[in-house]
Amino acid sequence: MIRRRDFLKASGAAVLAAPALLRSARAVDTVSLYDVEKFGNARILHITDTHAQLRPVFFREPSVNLGIGEMWGRPPHLVERAFLDRYGIRPDSAEAYAFTCFEFEKYAGRFGRMGGFAHLKTLIDKLRTDAGDHRSLLLDGGDLWQGTGLANAMRGADMVSAANLLGIDAMTGHWEFTYGEEALRANLARFKGEFLAQNVFLTEEAAFNDAKALDPGSGRVFKPAMIREIGGARIAVIGQAFPYVPIAHPRRFTPDWTFGIREEELQKLVDALRGADKVDAVILLSHNGMDVDLKLASRVTGIDVILGGHTHDAIPQPVAVTNAKGATLVTNAGSNGKFLAVLDLDVGKGRVADARYRLLPVYSELLKPDAAMQALIDQTQQPQVAAWSEKLATSDRLLYRRGNFEGPTDDVICAALLSQLDAQIALSPGFRWGPTLLAGQSIMLEDVLAQTAISYPETYVQRMTGADIKAVLEDVCDNLFNADPYLQQGGDMVRLEGLSYRCAPSEPIGRRISDLTLDNGRSLEAGKTYKVAGWASMNAQDGKPVWDIVAAHLRSVGLTSAGTSTVTLSGVDGNPGFASQS
Amino acid sequence: MTASFGPLASRRLFIKGAGLVALIGLGNAVLHAPPVLAASNDNKYPDDAFRQKNATDAVKALYGRDHEASDKIKLDAPEIAENGGVVPIAVTTTLPNVTSIAFIVAENPNALAASYKIPEGTVPAVANRLKMAKTSNVIALVESGGKLYSATKEVKVTVGGCGG
Repeated sequence: MIRRRDFLKASGAAVLAAPALLRSARAVDTVSLYDVEKFGNARILHITDTHAQLRPVFFREPSVNLGIGEMWGRPPHLVERAFLDRYGIRPDSAEAYAFTCFEFEKYAGRFGRMGGFAHLKTLIDKLRTDAGDHRSLLLDGGDLWQGTGLANAMRGADMVSAANLLGIDAMTGHWEFTYGEEALRANLARFKGEFLAQNVFLTEEAAFNDAKALDPGSGRVFKPAMIREIGGARIAVIGQAFPYVPIAHPRRFTPDWTFGIREEELQKLVDALRGADKVDAVILLSHNGMDVDLKLASRVTGIDVILGGHTHDAIPQPVAVTNAKGATLVTNAGSNGKFLAVLDLDVGKGRVADARYRLLPVYSELLKPDAAMQALIDQTQQPQVAAWSEKLATSDRLLYRRGNFEGPTDDVICAALLSQLDAQIALSPGFRWGPTLLAGQSIMLEDVLAQTAISYPETYVQRMTGADIKAVLEDVCDNLFNADPYLQQGGDMVRLEGLSYRCAPSEPIGRRISDLTLDNGRSLEAGKTYKVAGWASMNAQDGKPVWDIVAAHLRSVGLTSAGTSTVTLSGVDGNPGFASQS
Repeated sequence: MTASFGPLASRRLFIKGAGLVALIGLGNAVLHAPPVLAASNDNKYPDDAFRQKNATDAVKALYGRDHEASDKIKLDAPEIAENGGVVPIAVTTTLPNVTSIAFIVAENPNALAASYKIPEGTVPAVANRLKMAKTSNVIALVESGGKLYSATKEVKVTVGGCGG
């Protein structure tokens, strides 16, 4: 099934261990990619939302990523051809494969898997060596510890080992918090870098009861920022954790902590770093999501660059946002280890004179895996290999998740919930992580875990009224399309099976969802109750973990035909965040 | 809330903590033993104001006059409530001669959530917890020099879930 990769054919055995080969190779567009021109005195490398994908993966970028209102047609809300046009990327290129969903299946066969920590390690080491001693930093934007069965079983401990070997200097967090305080602190005790979060505070009750804080005066739980001397300049890195952890996830994981965007505290911190600490540059390592970062950049002054994550947007060029005292560059660096961001800064006294940014796709076929990292990965995964290599089914279609409303992977999860739990309607969260499987690939238990491995995987079956169901859909949809980015949480729409609906994203909450229709053609009635199955509930549940449900379904019936439920969109004609092929 | 104090619990924390306990639930207008004083010009408990369903009627019953927005009032409230049952808010103001501060949650069944009389010489700063059933504007009212000023912020209440 695996064909020779086209760019390998063109470039010969191009590996970074042999740079001479790279330079002499003919496939200039891919090979010169990793020879980043030297610039400035400080190189900041940034990865984010790797979701614990230690090995290279396929990951299809979305064909539906709508921008509504002011965000219509603006990055990151561009897909497929609109994206390629905007950034001048040739449709048949390796870059088009990395950054968009354009003819994904065709190009997945040609260009292969992306990312992988052994491959990332090779690339990161090269770029740090190129920069020179004490002239680089490696930052991770969070969602490093979650996304595989292994990471979930080890509560992220496997990823701390990988992070240490990779050389991560600082990180912030999101899913990291869902393992709870004890596991988080145990991991951080082993982590050699800094965990930064300016926006996590003790609740007043926790402070009153003397819960552990960084310092009682500020009430902050974690170090908010660090200052490093890089290339002769004093560079401050501020951490911004996902602001809505206790809202997007069960509050029981973080009972003592309160989050939020915390603009005002952030501004004070920036001012203090620039004032008393006399730093030359300020970087915000953010897990806000790109729309939130764009708004924040227009309101908080004194930040040179926001290195962003959370929304998994792979955006090749920074967006420059002006504010009252200058401008801030805003980036977002994709997900699943597909990309490594390279920010080269020319930092003078008290200011950044100039900056260059590259978002490098990590083509695993072009990079020789680092031996030490590969050994660590093999060793860490070994105990689970036998159990999780059980083949459950063979995929007869492309299985991906990312997209505002639906994806074939979620169709499979919902079908499993419906049949195994004997429900009328299935709900599945619109997570943006989870690698893509190609048609013809075996589906292992490990692959099911990579779509479902969270610390609250329990399934539920409950009676809900039609009014309740509509209210849930409206609520989740508002978290996605609220006109104010600060009120968006960064996930996608909840996935449904057994129920079709119409969605008008531009409308306000309460008016977006209509025409709710059951699979039997009847309208959903507000006062009637329905049997609903789901998982990842905010309330504690005691049903089987969803991966058991999906595995049982695949073992017994395999992949069933695609779901019949549909989402019909209104008011998005011509939206550059919509590609019709989805 | 426990009654024991760690080495770091200051008197300020204690007072704040105690006040918070007493005020939780006011948004739902459960007021058997009112812990707050009336904010209007007399010292009677403003039960009529607390009974009003909407914001306009509550302001009218409490103050009998309109309010105007002021940038001298600082209203701290979360963008999205982490728990709609206890939403922490705080108000401070640089307006002079403040005689009362009140909180309105426009979409609550009873809009007036709390009302404080500020005696002369008191720093006009109040922190409170509000119970909110759904997304609503929160209005902080400040009575200063016989005039009524306000600051408004929308606080979203969501069922949550589905973080990317």
